[in-house]
Amino acid sequence: MSAISVGRTLERRLAFTRSWLVRIGLVVLAFVLGVAFIGPYFAPYSPSVIPGIPFSPPSGTYWLGNDYLGEDVFSRVLSGGRTVILYGALATLLAYLVGGPIGLLAGYARSRVDGVLMRAMDVLLAFPPILFLLVVATGAGANIYALVIAIAIIHIPSIARILRAATMEISVRGYVEAAAARGDRTHVILRREILPNMWGPIVADGGPRFTVSILLVAAVNFLGLGVAPPTADWALMISENRAGITINAWSVVAPALMIALLTVSINLIADAIASGLGKSVDVEALRR
Amino acid sequence: MSEPVLTVTELRVGAGGRAVVVEDVSFELAAGEALGIVGESGSGKTTVAQALLGYARTGLRIISGSVRVAGEEILDRSERELRSRRGRLVSYVPQDPGTALNPSIRVGNHVREVLKAHSLDRQTDGRVRAVLERVELPSDASFQRRFPHQLSGGQQQRLAIALALVCDPPLVVLDEPTTGLDVVTQSRILDEISRLQRESSVALVYVSHDLAVVSSIADRVAVMYAGRIVEEGPTKTIVTAPRHPYSAGLIVSVPDHVEPRQLIGIPGVAVGVADRPAGCAFAARCDLCIPACEDAMPKLARVGEHHFVRCIRWQSTQLPEVEPRRDEATAPGSEALLSVEALQAVHHTRHGTVVAAEGISFAVDAGACVALVGESGSGKTTIARCIVGLHPPSDGRILVDGRRLAPLARQRSREERRTVQIVFQNPYDSLNPRRTVEDAISWPARSLRGLGAREARTEVATMLERVRLPAGTARRYPGELSGGERQRVAIARALAARPKLLVCDEVTSALDVSIQAAVLDLLAELRRDLRLSLLFISHDLGVVASVADRVLVLELGLICEEGAVRSVLSSPQSAYTARLVEAAPSISAPQLLHDATRV
Repeated sequence: MSAISVGRTLERRLAFTRSWLVRIGLVVLAFVLGVAFIGPYFAPYSPSVIPGIPFSPPSGTYWLGNDYLGEDVFSRVLSGGRTVILYGALATLLAYLVGGPIGLLAGYARSRVDGVLMRAMDVLLAFPPILFLLVVATGAGANIYALVIAIAIIHIPSIARILRAATMEISVRGYVEAAAARGDRTHVILRREILPNMWGPIVADGGPRFTVSILLVAAVNFLGLGVAPPTADWALMISENRAGITINAWSVVAPALMIALLTVSINLIADAIASGLGKSVDVEALRR
Repeated sequence: MSEPVLTVTELRVGAGGRAVVVEDVSFELAAGEALGIVGESGSGKTTVAQALLGYARTGLRIISGSVRVAGEEILDRSERELRSRRGRLVSYVPQDPGTALNPSIRVGNHVREVLKAHSLDRQTDGRVRAVLERVELPSDASFQRRFPHQLSGGQQQRLAIALALVCDPPLVVLDEPTTGLDVVTQSRILDEISRLQRESSVALVYVSHDLAVVSSIADRVAVMYAGRIVEEGPTKTIVTAPRHPYSAGLIVSVPDHVEPRQLIGIPGVAVGVADRPAGCAFAARCDLCIPACEDAMPKLARVGEHHFVRCIRWQSTQLPEVEPRRDEATAPGSEALLSVEALQAVHHTRHGTVVAAEGISFAVDAGACVALVGESGSGKTTIARCIVGLHPPSDGRILVDGRRLAPLARQRSREERRTVQIVFQNPYDSLNPRRTVEDAISWPARSLRGLGAREARTEVATMLERVRLPAGTARRYPGELSGGERQRVAIARALAARPKLLVCDEVTSALDVSIQAAVLDLLAELRRDLRLSLLFISHDLGVVASVADRVLVLELGLICEEGAVRSVLSSPQSAYTARLVEAAPSISAPQLLHDATRV
């Protein structure tokens, strides 16, 4: 019984992989993650040695040419994914962990709780993001973790707003009323009735938001406040090589392509998960 | 019969590909005649109505056929040609005038716009006044300067009808024009429509799901099922001697307050557009079905004067015997399970406090069914919300089993919360779309009865059987179920708490009549088997007459009459109740309205 139900649950969980777009997304994501996390062990050169002439075009030795210092672009692409993905993901995740509950609570409780929480969010929203990052960096020094927290804080107000609006819409539905009439506690209602209906907005909003996080990490790195050269980092590579884009385009295009593949594949998968919610496997199978 | 005003031939409307929504629809209509098109949701009735104006909603297109109005072909026209014909040849009165009228255009300008569109601007002001007077709206300048939101629902619908009549078209299509209006307003609008029809000899196509309403206004009725007309004939013949099993089933599932009857639902659900079979679409739900029925689609055959039926077994079709309603005897002297004493409830709005209900006192005995009846705004839903602890009353007491309940659900004990359960009006939003049926039903059993996961699962199976749903439903999500199935799940969810009192807030108003009959039947059975008490909230006197023992009539938050269902409906004491009873459409006495306005 339980084995069957586990199998069925797994099958249901994986039902979204039936679409071709999702399969492409999964393959691309696996590729990007593979490059980012296994790539460094296969890099032909150390990412911080300078073996060639700056901005040389691709050759048999340097497959993607050389960058502004003459470092091997291919090796740096293989080594530069980890920081981008980790810090971007960490900041996004952190933002949802804090902003999500705030939005749910404000949207469901309305009244005074809503007012207090949302005014607090407005205060945060009032800071220009880059200025905020600069202030944090000045205070904390070039500490990447302080900056990750700062990026999360930048996301929190808008996440809270989106989820508050979505929650307000859901909380007048019959099933939420039914739960309230059963006397379910607020946290039970939020978890059982409202949160499952939030995955759509969360997943739809999370993809682009992850992209923004990566770009903010890149901006911070560009200003020399986060990951500093000579560390290889896709975002950093785009900014440091932008002057040479006409000479060796690959030095910019290759890291940019990796970031693009990463965000597109995440968004493809996110959309499919969002649209597959609320369907059981049986019916999907019947349709085919 | 003179030259018909409307001739529809072989109309076929569909989406791209094989999905055909409406097929093989042909009928004629003479001047001054009213044709009612009746069908349940998904039958294609609105698609036909819109095709009469050469329109198909997004995703659909008119594939073939012909629609001729006063000798002019409507289909196969460019959008520009159509625009000059709509309003002049054929006009449309939509279901919801609240959304059909432009909120930023004043009443008078709505009429002027139509006149201008058809370059009929000579003596405009006189004409605007005349058309408003024709539908018995005020025609003075201050009324003409009002915006649609400043009108009542009934006035909005009158305005929509006025707009349809401005250019004196020979044909007017009305699509559920009274759905969503209160019964009293509905009956006035229906009076209005038959008066206008008599005065101007306009031909009407009246589309509705409500057979009682249609039978009060139409000369002929066409019953649609799965995109085809299955029966067409004079109203009286269709209502008293239908020859298609579906029409017969539809008629006996309509509740009636004049002659309360035992409702008989039609088993099963209507087939979806994609699943329509090669043979008779109704075969799967039909008692008379023989193998030949599933082989080929029957033709619409003439079986009498002006009477056509699409059924090969029409000779065997009989209107099932309608039994008068059986009375569910409540054990005499049983204790009051619920008593409400001097309840007062208010709503706080931006403009101050509105009293929704005041001085409400009544009791529901164990195993009894008490109905709260009233129009929208009468406070009936607020009272229900007070009882289940969703709306704190501002005064009065609510007692269950002699114990006083706290105002809000979460302040009540688990036992108290378990005892009273509610089923909501709209089955499309009362179930969480992201939780399976099993999850929805098992949760109250776990949270209110303390069952473990395994016991709760067994309970789900029991409850599904109780509400006559297949066991496989447990793994489904609500989005995969029909409205009737969802309402059964919502009832099962409430039953899983093993309540003593079930509050039913307009539980059937979103369902088709044949499904409604089955759900009402289920509730009656639960009452018998589980000695469940019901507090039944409804605006529909026919439904109330079919289920309740006692009835409370609410007018603007006050109880204006109370008593046994039979006596209240047959000899109402208060003027308000009398108005409601008179206005409510009835299929057993449809001539009441018809004759009153015709003679």
